[in-house]
Amino acid sequence: MIKKIFLVGNPNVGKSVVFSRLTGVQVISSNYAGTTVEIMRGFLKLDDQEIEVIDLPGTYSLEPSSKSEEVAVSLLNETAKDESVVISIVDATNLERNLYLTLQLLEAGLAVVVCLNMCDEAKHHGVSIDMGGLEKLLGVPVVPTCAITGLGIKILIDRIKEARSVSLGKSNHRDRWQTIGSIIEQVQRLTHRHHSLREVLEDASVRPFSGALIAIGVMFTSFEIVRFIGENLISRIADPIFLNFYQPLLIKLSPMLGEESFLHHLLIGDLINNKIDFKQSLGLLTTAPYIEFAMVLPYIISFYFVLGLLEDIGILPRLAMLLDNLLHRIGLHGFAIIPVLLGLGCNVPGILATRNLESRRERFIAATLISIGVPCVALQAMILGLLGQFSGFYVSGVYLVLLVIWVVLGVILNHTTKGYSPELLVEIPPYRLPSLSTLWKKLFLRIKGFLIEAAPLVLLGVLIINVLLYFKLFDLFTGLFAPVVKGLFGLPKEAVVALVMGLFRKDVAVGMLMPLALSVKQLFIAAVLLAISFPCAATFVVFFKELGLKDLLKATLIMCVVALATGTLLNFVMH
Amino acid sequence: MRRISLTQMKGKQKGTIFDISAGPALQNKFMSMGIYKGREITKISHIGLKGPVAIKVGRSVLVLGHGVANKIVIESHD
Repeated sequence: MIKKIFLVGNPNVGKSVVFSRLTGVQVISSNYAGTTVEIMRGFLKLDDQEIEVIDLPGTYSLEPSSKSEEVAVSLLNETAKDESVVISIVDATNLERNLYLTLQLLEAGLAVVVCLNMCDEAKHHGVSIDMGGLEKLLGVPVVPTCAITGLGIKILIDRIKEARSVSLGKSNHRDRWQTIGSIIEQVQRLTHRHHSLREVLEDASVRPFSGALIAIGVMFTSFEIVRFIGENLISRIADPIFLNFYQPLLIKLSPMLGEESFLHHLLIGDLINNKIDFKQSLGLLTTAPYIEFAMVLPYIISFYFVLGLLEDIGILPRLAMLLDNLLHRIGLHGFAIIPVLLGLGCNVPGILATRNLESRRERFIAATLISIGVPCVALQAMILGLLGQFSGFYVSGVYLVLLVIWVVLGVILNHTTKGYSPELLVEIPPYRLPSLSTLWKKLFLRIKGFLIEAAPLVLLGVLIINVLLYFKLFDLFTGLFAPVVKGLFGLPKEAVVALVMGLFRKDVAVGMLMPLALSVKQLFIAAVLLAISFPCAATFVVFFKELGLKDLLKATLIMCVVALATGTLLNFVMH
Repeated sequence: MRRISLTQMKGKQKGTIFDISAGPALQNKFMSMGIYKGREITKISHIGLKGPVAIKVGRSVLVLGHGVANKIVIESHD
């Protein structure tokens, strides 16, 4: 009896899209190898029975070479063979390479159904495959699908029961490729197509000069689009809603609570010039929602929209190739740019994505650099809100300082961290036109994730701070750290509260700087310090889970040193 | 027929893999990605002097870091 269905396949063949189609569970999918680093589980109803469906990270073979591949293979080895079915998902545009893993699955004696995905794209590329012939040669069901549109999924579900294991003896690598060669010869026909514009672009993007030009152009445009959408969402939607609809309500509420009451302090916060100031009042109903919905959320939306586009078109692996040389200097290889870019959204998925890096040394360097030198979008939005009013110089300054830290720290880590760093070895996917539905689903998932994760923490953070401030419990604490903060960083002692809050959530921490009436130099230093210093609580947990206590402590120590040095240096250098 | 390393090949040049001098783990990884002795490949490009190399193997485009590309010996077709 079937109890479990495993989805197995090479990276970037659309396993996650098939998974979503089978189970209705929405997961993030993109156009690059290694989007899925965690095992996803869902359920499929088959003959009134709920069967567990498990989406495994992509792997090229059953001999794993990275942490995420290892996870996939070990889980497959653990389960009872007579109770599980493997859906081997195969990219129809690249049948030859994909069949290698399928043959290994058959050799391992697993019950297999082959899902020949991306059939529509194969047709576009002039690839036609004889399904019946392939089925006969492999001895297991072969179902053509186009998971993005849902084509063929119903047939796939119907034929899961037909999955069977064939008695294919163990073979070696050479024989396997020979078998594949003869299968391909019998079932695949290629029609020659003229070079399309897309192919010309694909080619240009992996050449040194044209590739660099394209990459710089794409990154610059992306940055501008993120800013444009973010700014407009704030000025045209979020701000008007808060000021025209929400504020009048709060103004009515304020006298009802009584300005001096504890509840007023908690919910509304302090009145600034007898008015509610969303940026400075620091109440649960004022500043907390304003930070999340009017300052951070607009940028979350614009950032993830653009990131989704880049992911789905297939730009990221090309960046990996172009940046490989540079990243080698800091002990990483080109692929590390993907965790870093994800980290610019939120450090948590960034650190998770380091699972695609092969060695522990690389993972430590990448995770440490992400948590210290890569500001998440929530933090960036707040820095923009805080420093944007002065001049672009200060905002770019923060990025510049972080970049310098990133490079210097990377070079140091590269020379001091033990272990080896393997080389880049990655597949470059074809450029694809993003599917709008995937794009929206992904954006929706990420926004939802942000709201679920961030909103409660922000409320909690503001609540704790308000209580502590009301009962003046911070005073002892601020006194303790005042010499460092005041003497070395040139910040008022009240900033200690914000820096401590930074351990918990960065956006609230920056928000706490707003009422302090800091000079622009002080704001700049505080923003840089918050960007460098400890990542938020969630990042801490993920770092610990991924790399263990020892590495977490090591990274934390590095952070303290970097923050201390940078803060002091900036304070004495800047005028 | 000349034997050169993958890094020495020119762009758009075709060749057959003659030898791969790598440890078993890397051999396995290469093998599963379709890089093995006797396989025909086309070099696409090379980034910088010590940068990665892009090659076309069958229908896929693969990028190899400079170090690993150096381990692959090619018999060039011209």
